[in-house]
Amino acid sequence: MAMRTPLKNVRRLGSAKDGTEHFWRQRLTSVALLLLLPFVIWIALKTGGADYETAVATLGNPIVSILLALFILAGVVHMRLGMQVIIEDYVHTEGTKIALLMLNTFFAAIIGLASIYAVLKLSFGVAF
Amino acid sequence: MAEAKARGLPRTERPLSPHLQIYTMTISMLMSIVHRITGAALYFGTLLLAWWLLAAAMGPEQFATANWFFGSIIGRLILFGYTWALIHHALGGIRHLIWDTGRGFDLKTVDTLSWSTIIGSVTLTILLWAVILLGGGQ
Repeated sequence: MAMRTPLKNVRRLGSAKDGTEHFWRQRLTSVALLLLLPFVIWIALKTGGADYETAVATLGNPIVSILLALFILAGVVHMRLGMQVIIEDYVHTEGTKIALLMLNTFFAAIIGLASIYAVLKLSFGVAF
Repeated sequence: MAEAKARGLPRTERPLSPHLQIYTMTISMLMSIVHRITGAALYFGTLLLAWWLLAAAMGPEQFATANWFFGSIIGRLILFGYTWALIHHALGGIRHLIWDTGRGFDLKTVDTLSWSTIIGSVTLTILLWAVILLGGGQ
């Protein structure tokens, strides 16, 4: 016989077992992305369509590099959470859903690592 | 229903919860849908961003190839769409952050916020591209 009250079951992480973690991370990363967005647009304007030397020199700046890496990190975490919700909303076959959720994480990880690798490669070796 | 099937009883048609097509479209509803669509578009668009960054890191030849693509008509159209999707999703996000504080839930404010999202995103996108096309870039 269950001796726990419904309130006891819901407290702490609740029935979904991850509490407000998803919601909170989505908001946290959205605020980070909003703060970084003006800077990223400025970089895009400065490097988009520019010749190789200009683009590489701009992207090689350590400050630019760090801020871009932060934007990419916040971006891939944010988009992984967003796509997770889309998958959970529309895919109801258990196997397909799990496979897509895995692919979603792989995609975010690959995009994130590849982009940050490129950003770091462009700035490593560049003098401060 | 599973029980009914197991006992060989005829399957009862139960009412389903109403879905999109049953409601009159409102601006907040449309903005909600567009927020999700732009989010998904931005998701797949990161492939292009990653490609451009990797091309810059790989060297002048790879960078030239990527730049040629983004400078083409199709490339520019994609970039224009991506700019709008990014700004729209960002403004929609601000709207959601306002709602997260518990404010702005009366119908008039909901409508105002929703219209501001679409008007703001279109205006800012056009302004940004005016800067790109008329200003320093290319």
